[in-house]
Amino acid sequence: MADLSVVFAGVSMKNPVIPASGTFGYGREYDQFYSISRLGGISVKGTTLAPKAGNPPPRIAETPAGMLNSVGLQNGGAKKFLEYELPNLKSKDLAVIANIAGATVEECRQLAELIDGSDVDMIELNISCPNVKQGGAAFGTNCNSAAEVTRAVRGATSKPLMVKLSPNVTSITDIAKAVEAEGADAVSLINTLLGMRIDIKTRRPVLKNNVGGLSGPAVFPIAVRMVWQTANAVSIPVCGMGGIATAEDAVEMMMAGASCIQVGAALFADPFAPLKIIDGLDRWCNENGVKNISEIVGTVRPW
Amino acid sequence: MYKQGKYQIISKKAIAKGIYDMEIYCPEIAVQTECGQFVHISADGFFLRRPISVCAVDKVRGTLRIVFEVRGNGTDKISQLNKGELIDMIAPLGNGFKVFPGKKAVCVGGGIGTPPMLAVAAEYGADATVICGFRSASAVILQDDLKAQGNRTILCTDDGTAGRKGFVTDALKELLETEKPDVIYACGPDVMLRAVASMAKENGISCQVSLEERMGCGVGACLVCACKAVKNGEEYFAHVCKDGPVFPAEEVMF
Repeated sequence: MADLSVVFAGVSMKNPVIPASGTFGYGREYDQFYSISRLGGISVKGTTLAPKAGNPPPRIAETPAGMLNSVGLQNGGAKKFLEYELPNLKSKDLAVIANIAGATVEECRQLAELIDGSDVDMIELNISCPNVKQGGAAFGTNCNSAAEVTRAVRGATSKPLMVKLSPNVTSITDIAKAVEAEGADAVSLINTLLGMRIDIKTRRPVLKNNVGGLSGPAVFPIAVRMVWQTANAVSIPVCGMGGIATAEDAVEMMMAGASCIQVGAALFADPFAPLKIIDGLDRWCNENGVKNISEIVGTVRPW
Repeated sequence: MYKQGKYQIISKKAIAKGIYDMEIYCPEIAVQTECGQFVHISADGFFLRRPISVCAVDKVRGTLRIVFEVRGNGTDKISQLNKGELIDMIAPLGNGFKVFPGKKAVCVGGGIGTPPMLAVAAEYGADATVICGFRSASAVILQDDLKAQGNRTILCTDDGTAGRKGFVTDALKELLETEKPDVIYACGPDVMLRAVASMAKENGISCQVSLEERMGCGVGACLVCACKAVKNGEEYFAHVCKDGPVFPAEEVMF
């Protein structure tokens, strides 16, 4: 048995595998397949201050080796999360990461303040949702606005703060450096890439929102590249995600510089994907003489 | 508990053009499956699973039967699986039909909406009248199965090549002039469901409809399969996979 435990921005996890926000709800559904306590952590569904209805359907379109989604942050709001979902999650054995998404800087600050008083282990500030008209990626595609919202949230919480970055930018490292400078304890990347599909029979976009976020194995090489660049540009730890489906993908992402990883779209093909990744990481470590998984972080030897 | 695994196909046949009928041996799933639920099937080479409603459950033999239409490349791939091969599915999923034993039911199936009607009509035997509609005689499916389970059947085709000429909604309207069933079940195109729901409402009959939407996880986590619904006067996006696929008709905003 290899030691898969990691300490990520001060948060201890028994393994580095975390279901990604928006793909795992609050864990209740997947807890009916297996105990979610086997996971290192959970990044919960993006939470807004007030309940949010989300976008009209269709909200999903299949793509080669992936999918587009345009859910638009449908959620029950912070109050419901704190009162109904959090107690259930705290009864399990895994790190709880609250993913927060505000339409304004002030809303992000208020969310952080609310969550600061809870049992949440870490905050993931979402500045990269491509499917909402206000906030979301509007914060994350510009260094100044990314810095401003991070500063506001940092001022409202002493919890470990991770900022989730958008890949739909010219330089993700500049954004990462901007949020690091404002006190972010970690960054997570990548959120989905903006994409589009068209039904050629109807000449209509498949998604009612016209455009949506691309995820799945199709985006994996982009995610590896961005994690590698970002890990080399900042000194805070990186949580890597984007198309991870297997333990080998997770190893690759960690070698690129991720200290822990998130699994998203792969869950839809295989609900057991996170567990298979955990078991596969253990096996891989044993086969490769790695005693502690953290040893491999950032060990890629670039040409 | 949800199950995910690979289960053996014990029979497979084409029953109309582009319509396939498969029986799958999966005792651990069959034992907990109710009519109106669905299975989420993996199509080799495609990223997302395909949700397909259950057409019949045999808890004794431990089998599920699905009847599905090839809609695109994914369902085409699933249709190429043969007897003896394994099919990867997550099941049983969603909320099924609420059944009221001893009551009179009318089931309305439009085209490929017919298979889930077979499952719910099985619960009623001679107490169920099943109205089915198809484009033409060559598309007609499951009529012998319905009769074999004791259901009264009314067959409609758009072009009159089998049964009566016209839509299921015409047949339902006529039936409701002389009979008052206790419950109506429906599955089919939205326009049909809307008409059936409104007739049920006018006649004060409770109505359950089975909906379809593009899905991701199939279990209620990813929230992509939204449908506009209303509860206690409040509109919201329900999710077909977890809140449905069967909804009380009055809660659906067609």
